[in-house]
Amino acid sequence: MIVFVVIAPLTFAILMLLLSNRPQIQRWISLLASATILTIAVLIFRLTLTNGIQTIQAGNWRAPFGITLVVDTFSAVMLVISGALALILAAYSIGQIDPQRTKAGFYPLFFFLLTGVNGAFCAGDLFNLYVWFEVMLMASFVLIALGGERTQIEGAVKYLIPNLLASTLFLCAIGLLYNMVGTLNMAEMALRLNHVQPYGQVTVVAVLLLIAFGIKSALFPLFFWLPASYHTPPVTITALFSGLLTKVGVYALYRVFTLLFTQDAVYTHTLILILAGFTMVTGVFGATAQTDMRRLLSFHIISQIGYLLMGLGLFRQQALAAGMYFMVHVILAKTALFMVSGIIFELKGSYNLKKLGGLYAAKPSLSLMFLLPALSLAGLPPLSGFFAKLVLIIAGFELQQYLIVAVGLFVSFFTLYSMTKIWNEAFWKSTSEDAHTTVARVNAWLWVPTLALVALSTAAGVLAAPLYGVCQMAAMQISNPSTYITAVLGAMP
Amino acid sequence: MILLFAIASGVLFASGIYMLSRRSLVKILIGLLLLSYAVNLLLFSSANLVPARPPIIPPGETTPLPGFADPVPQALILTAIVISFGTIAFAMVLIRQSHIVSGTDDMNEMLCSDLPCGTDEVVDKRSIEVDENGDAVTS
Repeated sequence: MIVFVVIAPLTFAILMLLLSNRPQIQRWISLLASATILTIAVLIFRLTLTNGIQTIQAGNWRAPFGITLVVDTFSAVMLVISGALALILAAYSIGQIDPQRTKAGFYPLFFFLLTGVNGAFCAGDLFNLYVWFEVMLMASFVLIALGGERTQIEGAVKYLIPNLLASTLFLCAIGLLYNMVGTLNMAEMALRLNHVQPYGQVTVVAVLLLIAFGIKSALFPLFFWLPASYHTPPVTITALFSGLLTKVGVYALYRVFTLLFTQDAVYTHTLILILAGFTMVTGVFGATAQTDMRRLLSFHIISQIGYLLMGLGLFRQQALAAGMYFMVHVILAKTALFMVSGIIFELKGSYNLKKLGGLYAAKPSLSLMFLLPALSLAGLPPLSGFFAKLVLIIAGFELQQYLIVAVGLFVSFFTLYSMTKIWNEAFWKSTSEDAHTTVARVNAWLWVPTLALVALSTAAGVLAAPLYGVCQMAAMQISNPSTYITAVLGAMP
Repeated sequence: MILLFAIASGVLFASGIYMLSRRSLVKILIGLLLLSYAVNLLLFSSANLVPARPPIIPPGETTPLPGFADPVPQALILTAIVISFGTIAFAMVLIRQSHIVSGTDDMNEMLCSDLPCGTDEVVDKRSIEVDENGDAVTS
């Protein structure tokens, strides 16, 4: 069953290549295809809820020798989110992606990207994870440069070089780990890493992986590529990247630092916690200085990554569950905000806050679609961001990490400030002199998917209790690596 | 032998990182290439170098003789070479394209993604002209 979540997007990507001269058919099939992928993901999710961790041994090679695909509750949640996002963005792309980009291969790349993302969520083998990362990166390199405008090409260069460096470091860490334990299967590796002497060499590799995944997930000193590149492609692509790419990096960090590198947690997880604090602060301060809406939101991606890593850095079941709930919240809310910014561009022809204005008077419903995810991101009750931050902060108090709690609350305040800035400039301010309305009405393909995502994001707040319950279950699994190891290797040796 | 590999890999790493810190895009590309070679050497030596002990099960045995050469790192390198070939090829095309559209290969002069480019910041994305190859036409 779980293999289909990887095979399906790959098949659709190839199908899209064959249909590259039929944009209209491509658009309809992309809707159908992403709905199929979402259905498969939901089925897998239900399977993991009832039957526990699902595994597949490729080619029936027994676990440490073959390639294993593993889906636990955490992976399943991520698969469902990526499926839902794919469906919503496939619909949004119909209204937003221009014919040239469609012809240049937007849809095949979209599904290749999903293949990589879903593959990374299922990988049970470190080298396999690397390969899925590369599939995802390759598709994202082309997507970000697709269209060939000067800003895009320059953004793509700035995106490409750090990410290639990160892949190299990742590969380096894999080589060193293989030398220590002689296996690439993550479950087997987790067992054998306990016996490596002296343990210091494992910590070195752990930090090497932290740097590699840190570049990919835009962690504090390594985030500079993100605000330089994410705002350059069309909004559909930016939304897709903001929803999935950095989050795959965070997922890999969660996986690796709960399963493999747990012995020296005082060192590694404290380091993660410190980096998380700096990531939050620099992200939000970067955002307050911006006047371009997409750049502002890009900086917010970074600051939210800080909260996700705070959950990992605190490293207790409660905190991990909080981090996962935060992940669901931030993917939905942030993608919705990017989609709203795309609609504003469609209406006003600009992302520049100085040139916008009067949208509240002209489009009250659009204002609501902005306000809900924006306030959710800032953490106002009863929206999902409030609960996400609440559980994270309670976990921080329980572990007596008051400093990071203080930083989290402080950053939350500044998030509210910069959301208010967008609200004041784009919605509330009266129409400025040089603002011009390009179109009076927005294409339904733009606002219907946005509305759907805003509804989903609001639902994540209203249904916080069941969703958090699932996250707690997922956190219980990843904080007890023995469950994972038994599921992969058959039995604890 | 392993010492030789370690030194070679280290030298490649050092020169790769030196090249990465240059401003010229072509030099950065060379840096990435050197780094991928360095990692390939590291992967190759990750299972210790064992000469003349193929991992083949001799007749009458059920397992290969102990101390055989591990074939897994070689499979890993093969995959890594193919992947780095693909990414470097793409990077090369991208850098060429960036030289065409921005007329420079100096990272310090590539400011379009940070600052508004020229006078017209708000370009309608659909008004970009495209020639028959799908490349943007630059004026």
